[in-house]
Amino acid sequence: MPTVSMTVNGRSAAGEVEGRTLLVEFLREHLRLTGTHVGCDTSQCGACVVHVNGKSVKSCTLLAVQAEGAEVTTIEGLAQNGELHPMQAAFKEHHGLQCGFCTPGMVMSAVDLLNTNAHPSETEIRDWLEGNICRCTGYHNIVKAIQAVAQGQGG
Amino acid sequence: MAKDTDTGADTGYMGGDKELKWVGTRPPRPDGVDKVTGRAKFGADFYVPGMLIGKVLRSPHPHALIKSIDTSKAEALTGVKAVLTRDDFGDRSSEFVPAGEMMVNYRDIVRNVMAREKALYEGHAVAAVAATSNAIAKQALKLIEVDYEPLPHVIDAVEAMKPDAPLLHEDMITDGVEPAPTKPSNVAKRVEFTIGDVEAGFAAADVVIERAFDTSPVHQAYIEPHACVASVSEDGQAELWTTTQGHYVARAHCARLLDMDISKIRVTASEIGGGFGGKTVVYLEPLALGLSRKACQPVKMVMSRDEVFRASGPTSGAHMKIKVGATKDGKITAGQAELIYQAGAFQGSPVQPGAMCAFAPYDLENVKVVGWDVVTNRPKVAAYRAPGAPISEYAVECVIDELAKRLGIDPIDLRLANAAKEGTRAAYGPKFGPIGLVESLEQAKAHPHYQAPLGPNQGRGVASGFWFNIGGETCASLIVNEDGTAALTLGTPDIGGSRASLCMMAAEELGIEYDRVRPIIADTASLGYTFLTGGSRATFSSGLAVIEAARDVVRQLCERAAKIWEIPTDAVEWADGTAKPAGANAGDFEPMSLAAIAAIAGKTGGPVVGHAQINAQGAAPSFGTHLVDVEVDRETGRVTVLRYTVLQDAGKAIHPAYVEGQFQGGAVQGIGWALNEEYIYGPDGKLENAGFLDYRIPVASDVPMIDTVIVEVPNPRHPYGVRGVGETPIIPPMAAIANAIENALGIRFTELPMSPPRVLKAIDEMAAAE
Repeated sequence: MPTVSMTVNGRSAAGEVEGRTLLVEFLREHLRLTGTHVGCDTSQCGACVVHVNGKSVKSCTLLAVQAEGAEVTTIEGLAQNGELHPMQAAFKEHHGLQCGFCTPGMVMSAVDLLNTNAHPSETEIRDWLEGNICRCTGYHNIVKAIQAVAQGQGG
Repeated sequence: MAKDTDTGADTGYMGGDKELKWVGTRPPRPDGVDKVTGRAKFGADFYVPGMLIGKVLRSPHPHALIKSIDTSKAEALTGVKAVLTRDDFGDRSSEFVPAGEMMVNYRDIVRNVMAREKALYEGHAVAAVAATSNAIAKQALKLIEVDYEPLPHVIDAVEAMKPDAPLLHEDMITDGVEPAPTKPSNVAKRVEFTIGDVEAGFAAADVVIERAFDTSPVHQAYIEPHACVASVSEDGQAELWTTTQGHYVARAHCARLLDMDISKIRVTASEIGGGFGGKTVVYLEPLALGLSRKACQPVKMVMSRDEVFRASGPTSGAHMKIKVGATKDGKITAGQAELIYQAGAFQGSPVQPGAMCAFAPYDLENVKVVGWDVVTNRPKVAAYRAPGAPISEYAVECVIDELAKRLGIDPIDLRLANAAKEGTRAAYGPKFGPIGLVESLEQAKAHPHYQAPLGPNQGRGVASGFWFNIGGETCASLIVNEDGTAALTLGTPDIGGSRASLCMMAAEELGIEYDRVRPIIADTASLGYTFLTGGSRATFSSGLAVIEAARDVVRQLCERAAKIWEIPTDAVEWADGTAKPAGANAGDFEPMSLAAIAAIAGKTGGPVVGHAQINAQGAAPSFGTHLVDVEVDRETGRVTVLRYTVLQDAGKAIHPAYVEGQFQGGAVQGIGWALNEEYIYGPDGKLENAGFLDYRIPVASDVPMIDTVIVEVPNPRHPYGVRGVGETPIIPPMAAIANAIENALGIRFTELPMSPPRVLKAIDEMAAAE
C-alpha cells in the first residue's frame, strides 16, 4: 500500500493507505478528524470542504495520495490559540446554522471566499456557495454571517 | 392561572405583561462552538474499538418474489463476521403505533427493514453483512446469491388503483369502505372528513371552480445520511448510537423487531444532521443491532446518498381533485377534495393529515374531503415536515387564488373574508382556540412587499398554510449543581436549536443567567420516555416539561430557605432568582440566591433536582401566509424567486432567530418542492435521479433573503404562549409560487414541480395557440 504524508492542521500526518483512499477518508478514518463530513459521496453537498494549500477543496474529490506533501487545514484546525476564527464566531453569533452538519464545509468555503474576495456582494457570496448545500437555513443567516465577517463585524 | 390537569402543573398562559429576561432574546446556542469547530459528533462520527462495518444488499428489482437467498459464500469470506437475512427476523402481526403525526405498522416495519416474501421496491434491503473492512463488506454483498422472480411493477398511484394492477400485498383489503371489498387491492385505506352538505353548498354558489392537481414525491434531503453504531455484548446488553429524531422511538422499534427487552437497549442520539421527519423511523438500526448480536462485536453502518434516496422514505406524490364554490361577494359556500396519496410499498401515506388540513384555514359550513392511501413499488414514505399538508393545501390554495381572480377580489381579502378564527370548527373535528391566521393575512396585506411594483414577466403570489402541531409524552430533569449552575437533561434530540430555547425557559423560570444552564440530550437509560422531535413539538412539549421541572426546583429551593429561616414554606416566595421571606416574615431575612441555597443543599436535605414527566397537551395550531415575487425567463422556462416574505403565528417566539430560521428554511424547502424536486422513475421501475446532481435541491444562488414577520397570538395552554412553528412554513410556498407564476404568465400550473422544461412547454403551447 502507498504511504502518504502531509501536514494537517500544522502537524505532520502520515499513513499507509490504499491507492483509492479519498482524502476525506484519510482525514476521518485514519486521523479521526470527524469534523469534515460526508453528505453525498458525489461532490455536490460540500460538507467535506477543507483547505489544501490554502484553497477550498471538496475532500471527497481528491485521493489522499494527491495531497502528498500538501498543507491541509480542516475545520478542527481553524481556531487558533483558543480563539475561534472570525468566520466560526460569525456563524455562531449570527445563527448561521440549524443542524450544523453542513457548517464545517460552509465555514471552510466561506473563509476561502473572503481570502479570494474580501468584500463580496450578496450575489458573489451566493454564487460562491453553490457547491455547499444547506437544507435547514434557507441560506439566509449563512449569507448574513459571511457579510458580517466581510464588514468586520464577525462574532 | 389555569390549572392544567393533563400535566399536573400550572402550565396555562401567564399573560403578556410579565417582564421577561431571556424569553424573546437571541443568545448564541449552547452547542454553537461544537458545531463550528467540528467537535459535534454526528451519526457517522462514532468509532468503537474492534468495530465492524455493516453493509446492505438491496434489491435491483422494483417488484420480485424472493425465492431463495444463499449467503454461504459470503459467510465463508475471510473477514465476514455476520450475515443477516429475513430468516433473522420473526414475523410481526399487524399493529399500528404512532410515529410523529403518522402511524406505522410492525408487520410492515419488519418487512421494510428486511424484505421478506418479496422485494417491493428498487433498493429494498434483502441482506446485510458485517465485516472487518468496508471493502470486504462490499465484496461479501456480491457473494450473496438471491434468486428473484421479477414481477410486474406499478409506480403511479392511479395506475395502482386499477383492478388489473400488479398487486403488492395479496391480503390487503381496503379499510374504511362499506361494505368491505371482497378482493385485495393496492388501496390500503379510505378516509373521509365531512361537515355540512357540499351539494347544497355548491348549489348556493355563484362560481364553482374544479381543478385536478398532481405532485411528485420529494425527499427530505437532510444532508447527513442515516448512520449508527450498535454494540451488543454476549449477555445481550445493547448500546446503540444513532442519528435520529427520536431515540426512544428507535429503541421501541428495535426491541420489537429483535425480540429484545427495552431495558437491554440503551440508545444515545448523536447530533443530527437534519431530519425533517425522515429520521423518525428505523432503517439501519435493527440491522446493526442484529449483526452485532451475531458477531458479538460493534457494527457501524452508514448509508450512501444513493441509498438515502432509494431506500429511505420521501413523502408522497399525489393526484387530487379540488372543487370550491363561492357567492359573487366572496363567501365560500363549499369545499370538496379527493386526495390520492401514494404510500410507497407499505400503507401509511400522510393522506389522513392531508385530508384534515386541506380546508382547515377556512371557516366553511360545507366540506367533504375523501382520501385514498395507495401502495406502489416505491420506497415507503416517511414523514416530511407537516406530512401530507403541503400537498393538499397546495391544491386548495391554488383554487382559492383562481377563485379570487374570477370574482375580482384581492386574494388576501378573499382569504380574510373566509378565514378560520377562534371558534371556527374544522372539518376534522376541533374547534379552534385563539389562532393567528387573520393577523398573518392582515400583516401580509399591510407589508411593503405586497404593494411593491413588479416588472415584466414578474408576478406576485400569496398563499396561507395550517398545521395542527402535537404534544405528547415528555420528560425533563433540571439538576442544581452545588455552585449554583444547572444541568438540564432533555429527551428530544436538538435538530435546529431547541437546546437554546429550552435553556432560556429554564433560566427564565429559575431567574439565573442563560449560560449557567448546560443542556444535554440524555440517552434512553438516563431519562424517562420522551417522544420524538417532530410535529413541531420539541420546544412546546419539552418546554412545558422544562418549565414544570424548573418550578419543581423553585418549590424545593423555597422549602430549603424556609428550613434555614425556620419559617413555613408558604411564607417564602421566589422572585428575581432569590428566595425571599414573604407575608408576615417579609424583610425578616436576607434573600437567598439559588447559588447560596445550592451551596449548602447538603445540609438542608441533599441535592436539589427538579423533574417533570408529562403527556403534553394543549399544542396549538400555527397558521402562516407567504408572499412571493417571481420572474419567469420565457427563453428557458426558469422561474427565479425575487422576493419572499413569511408571516406566521408563533404564539410566542422563545428564541426569535430560531423561529425565523424555521420560517426561512421551510420556505426554501418549499421553493425546491415547487420548482425542481421530484423522483423520476424509468419504465423499468428504477429511480433515475438518486443523487444531489439530478435531484436538485435549492442552492444559495437560487434564493433571495427570506424576510420574516413573527406574528404572536399566544397559545393559552403554554405559560409563555408557545406554538410549534417548524412545520407550517413548508406548506404555503408551492401554491404561492404557482399563483405568482400565474400572475406573471397567465398560465395556471397544476403539476409540481414547475421545472424549466414544464414551464417552457407551457409557454410554447400558449404561444402556439395565440
